[in-house]
Amino acid sequence: MLLKKLTEAAGVSSREEEVREIIKEKLADHVDQLTTDALGNLIAFQDGVENKPTVMLAAHMDEIGLMITKITNDGLLSFKPVGGIDKRMLVSKEVAVGEDKVKGVIGAKAIHLQKPQERKNILDYKQLYIDIGAQDKKDAKKAVKIGDMATFTTNYSKLGPNTAKAKAFDDRVGCAALVQILKNNYDFPLYGVFTVQEEVGARGATAVSYDIDPDVALVVEGTTASDVPDSKEQIYSTTLGQGPALTMRDGAMIANKNLVQEIVSLAQREDINYQFRKSTRAGTDGGAIHLTKEGIPTAAISVPCRYIHSPASLINLNDYQNTIKLVDKFCQQVTTGGFNYEKLD
Amino acid sequence: MKNLIKKLVETYGPSGDEEKIREIIKTEIKDSVDQIEIDALGNLIALKKGKKDKKVMLAAHMDEIGLIANHIDDDGFIRFDRVGGISPYMLLGERVLFNGETPGVIDKEGKLDDIKKLNYDKLYIDIGVQDKEEAQEKVKLGDTASYYREFQDLGDRVTAKSLDDRIGCVALIETLKAIEEPIYDTYFVFTTQEEVGTRGSKVAAYNIEPDLGLAVDVTLTGDMPEAKRMAVSLGAGPAIKVKDRSVLVAPQVKNLLIDLAEDKEIPYQLEVLKFGGTDAGSMQLTKDGVLAGAVSIPCRYVHSPSEMVDVNDVENSVQLLTDLLNNKIDFLE
Repeated sequence: MLLKKLTEAAGVSSREEEVREIIKEKLADHVDQLTTDALGNLIAFQDGVENKPTVMLAAHMDEIGLMITKITNDGLLSFKPVGGIDKRMLVSKEVAVGEDKVKGVIGAKAIHLQKPQERKNILDYKQLYIDIGAQDKKDAKKAVKIGDMATFTTNYSKLGPNTAKAKAFDDRVGCAALVQILKNNYDFPLYGVFTVQEEVGARGATAVSYDIDPDVALVVEGTTASDVPDSKEQIYSTTLGQGPALTMRDGAMIANKNLVQEIVSLAQREDINYQFRKSTRAGTDGGAIHLTKEGIPTAAISVPCRYIHSPASLINLNDYQNTIKLVDKFCQQVTTGGFNYEKLD
Repeated sequence: MKNLIKKLVETYGPSGDEEKIREIIKTEIKDSVDQIEIDALGNLIALKKGKKDKKVMLAAHMDEIGLIANHIDDDGFIRFDRVGGISPYMLLGERVLFNGETPGVIDKEGKLDDIKKLNYDKLYIDIGVQDKEEAQEKVKLGDTASYYREFQDLGDRVTAKSLDDRIGCVALIETLKAIEEPIYDTYFVFTTQEEVGTRGSKVAAYNIEPDLGLAVDVTLTGDMPEAKRMAVSLGAGPAIKVKDRSVLVAPQVKNLLIDLAEDKEIPYQLEVLKFGGTDAGSMQLTKDGVLAGAVSIPCRYVHSPSEMVDVNDVENSVQLLTDLLNNKIDFLE
């Protein structure tokens, strides 16, 4: 199963090889060209009629994680976050370090030894370490190197009929959706790009959109769903099960209004449920893409994820399927010429 | 000039929703330029052909700060976030206008015991409706609002919302009308999305590839009671930018403007702005680099509903820009 395979793969920003290889293998027989650029972006290309608009679909392969910064004399590993991580949820989690996936546990002083005041404080990176069961520094160095990345080891599983749990739904859910889309045939030039280093500032997307310079771009993401008890309804941003979330604007992009309107009309016509992403903060690859060269009309469609950027996030599988359906309808619209590209300018 | 200022500042146009203000500017300038286009980000780009083929770009942003609706509750109250830099303190009791047509008033939830605790989550907009359904007929998620304020003529000085940067747009319009044929091809660019990160100017500059780029924007002043230290005063002339957070102006650009002002006896001051960026920053970093600077119009109470400028500063800015475009520039020859 693709979602399982992709979410269980390790791919902290700049170490996207494993994810890239999985996607390459899945797409090898379905696209006309498959290339990897200097930053590591995977670019899948489906040829099409030249006078139709060139469309770029983008999903990022990388996930948040930890980077090993020091090996102590005791053989414990100090680390720093890569991307946005809530350090309150780190302690006691199992992680896999480096290409060899050396298992470790994020450790800290046991409760018996903590002073009452210490129990009230959030553990900082200085107090946390990864314990890989090594005897000492020398022993640890045989297994890991400074600069190695660590990921959580959460397995994909289903919770109930429609909900799935995994790490890195942000944005493997987008990668999986794009793989499904690229298995279809459309008659316009279609680029499916699987970007690197989104979590550290949309860096891969910056280079790849400069290279491709498409007429239209659509970012497929996993986005925050905050429909949980300690949030008031006005800050939910998105809600699980209410369909793909359309971005109107976030901290890095005001989505092209005509493009968003086209997608809304499509969803209404095809009876696909959708919602708007209410938060106007944070950003996606779209922030970099829409400001490329002379400007590219760009929109973003996201699968809502609860507990995003944590070791275990949840998505609604109907939202995932509806996202694929909506992106597919969008592509079909381009194919049949029903999509009015001129209107975008 | 005051009529034009009034017309522009009273038009609605938060970042991303510049259609109305763009249409007004377009109508205002279309008979005075050789070519006019709108790009993918909504920038209005007007060209006045020159005698020589080097390119000068003048940029003033059309967008203003504002608010965006991100939730409508069952009773029809609208929750919102900001578009650009607006302090929540500025909003208590304020009137705003959605889509240029629907007024609303802002208040806070419950009792506020400490002004420091005021944040966007606690504020709401009341557009005078009974429930969600009635609200949605007027305001949809993602709709933006601007301040709702009239232009006031105070004599030499005027006060209004969105003088940042409609006053720069006025300066560009007056400049292009004052010029017969510039020395160099001159692009008058009315940019979008400046307040959310100088986005419009980035793609416009890429498109135009200017040899000299100048932003015409407002700058802060230090001439109010107990003001933060800033050596710029209202009425003391256009401020020639030395630096802000987005740009260190190339010496030849800064000196060009200083020498010109000295030569033509136009009053001027120098602007060293600690915070804030301008379109000059994005122009400078375009492609293989662009010589960029800025002529700033001093403005008090920037990003409030009542910004204030001195009309003499605007006239002197127009004079400086007109002289700039009518004369050869050594480093472009």
